[in-house]
Amino acid sequence: MAYSSGRMLLSQSDGPVTRFRAWVFIVIPLLAILFQVYVPLFFPVLSFVEMPLLVVVYLSLTQRNQVGGVFTGALIGLAQDSLSKNPLGMFGICKTLVGYFAASVGVHFNVDNTFIRLLLSFFFYFFHQCLYWVMQRMLLAQQPPFDVQSWLLFGALNAVVGVSLFHFLDKLRAAA
Amino acid sequence: MESFVNRYRNLTILLLVIFAQFLLLAVQVKNEQDVRIIRVWTVTAVTPFARVVELLRGGSVGFIRNYILLHDEDAENRRLRDELGHLKLENVFLKNELNTAERGKALSVFQARTPSKTLAATVIGTGAGSNAKVVYVDAGSARGVERGMAVVTPDGIVGKVIAAYPTASEILLATDSDFAAGVVSQDGAVRGTLKGQGTPLLKVDYVPIQEKVQPGQWFYTSGDDRIFPRGFPVGIVRSVRDAQPFKEILVDPAGLQHGLEDVLIITQGVHQDIPPTPVADQPVYIAPPPPDESKPASLAPAGTPAPVTDADKLRLEYQAAGEAQKHKFGSGESGPPDFTKLPTTLPPPTPPAPVAPAPAGSKPAAAAPTQTTDSSRHSNQANGEPAGSKKQ
Repeated sequence: MAYSSGRMLLSQSDGPVTRFRAWVFIVIPLLAILFQVYVPLFFPVLSFVEMPLLVVVYLSLTQRNQVGGVFTGALIGLAQDSLSKNPLGMFGICKTLVGYFAASVGVHFNVDNTFIRLLLSFFFYFFHQCLYWVMQRMLLAQQPPFDVQSWLLFGALNAVVGVSLFHFLDKLRAAA
Repeated sequence: MESFVNRYRNLTILLLVIFAQFLLLAVQVKNEQDVRIIRVWTVTAVTPFARVVELLRGGSVGFIRNYILLHDEDAENRRLRDELGHLKLENVFLKNELNTAERGKALSVFQARTPSKTLAATVIGTGAGSNAKVVYVDAGSARGVERGMAVVTPDGIVGKVIAAYPTASEILLATDSDFAAGVVSQDGAVRGTLKGQGTPLLKVDYVPIQEKVQPGQWFYTSGDDRIFPRGFPVGIVRSVRDAQPFKEILVDPAGLQHGLEDVLIITQGVHQDIPPTPVADQPVYIAPPPPDESKPASLAPAGTPAPVTDADKLRLEYQAAGEAQKHKFGSGESGPPDFTKLPTTLPPPTPPAPVAPAPAGSKPAAAAPTQTTDSSRHSNQANGEPAGSKKQ
């Protein structure tokens, strides 16, 4: 770590831009999507884990690039859509917005802070679920339940999983 | 624009990516009417613009048509308005002509029917005084009009000539308080003097209170006044009140009911009978009477029509008695038959001829269904109008 992890707010020029090897941007999202597809089949109890979302949040936060976050979110979301029964674009739009805002947050906050990561993971999970619920109602004319309690609970669990995942993914960084 | 895009590059890219995915979604998703969302969005996005464009186009075209290209319409409107006015005037003129023709026809019919000599005249003016019930007609002494002549219409009496000028005459209407004429009720039982009161109704005076007069009864001229010939309708009784010493009878003048435009001046009056019954005009079917079963029918000779009245039956009985005694009626060769020996049975009558409606005015056969004629006078009187009146 080249900068202090004790500071929570960063200026625009503060903090290094994290760089990853190229294969990371391909393999990690693929693994996340495969996890989302296969793991719940064998371990239904882990179906609450929104692994692609956590990967989008992590990559966007660490890149500190809003355009990069947009495309990361859009690609991972569309890939997730293509493996689900949803029309293409539902997860894509949600994760695009998550990537954009996560990258925006990464510009201003020290995202290496564990608490920030926990908070952001929780917040983006909740935001993702709300946005998805709205799009289901507005675009698909469906009537999904507005289950805030589940969202809060799973948001907390995903936040915990996310902090662990982010710690693991930090190992794949290639410092500039 | 370029600087704007550069400044908001991230946000622009975000919106583009989001928009692209929305399009992707819209292509896949269908709404409840099974129409793709992209089509719904497209139509929804385009139609307001189309509506605005159409509104602008229609407004522009309407403006051009209504305000720019219509500079001649005002003159056209004025021309059409003038034409409409002329047509209205022409319509009124033609209606008046038609009314005049109908009035003239009614007068000519009445003139031909009445035995009195009459002279048709048209009212050309009214008296100057507000209370004077006088009018002027276009026939004067040059055409033989004299003071004191009666003036009538087909509906009834109108008044009398009080002054005859060379080209016009002054007529005192029956409603004037100076007017008087002798009248008699239709049944001839009640006589009185008709007096004007200055009001629309006339008064029949000098009728004793013991006389029976009912509202709806008709009065006719009696001829006693030596002005109006007997038999012209005067009016219908509207109200009857017992007063002292005479009845107070108010009559609605028939001759003045439908306005006064054309009149007839009686230049040579002929008294007529007061019609007790309506004049024959319309044929009325009267069925033959039922056969009298109390009388034997064998007394009637063969070939003779069936007896209709009691007199016919009696004649047949006497005829049969004479024939039984070899008496030849009308020859005078033998003495009168002995009518004390009447046969007990009459010869069977011939069946009546098929009934055919006889034309108006023709005499019906004795046994055939009787065709009598009724008159418009009867129907008019039934309706409370004078005999021989013709509605204008």
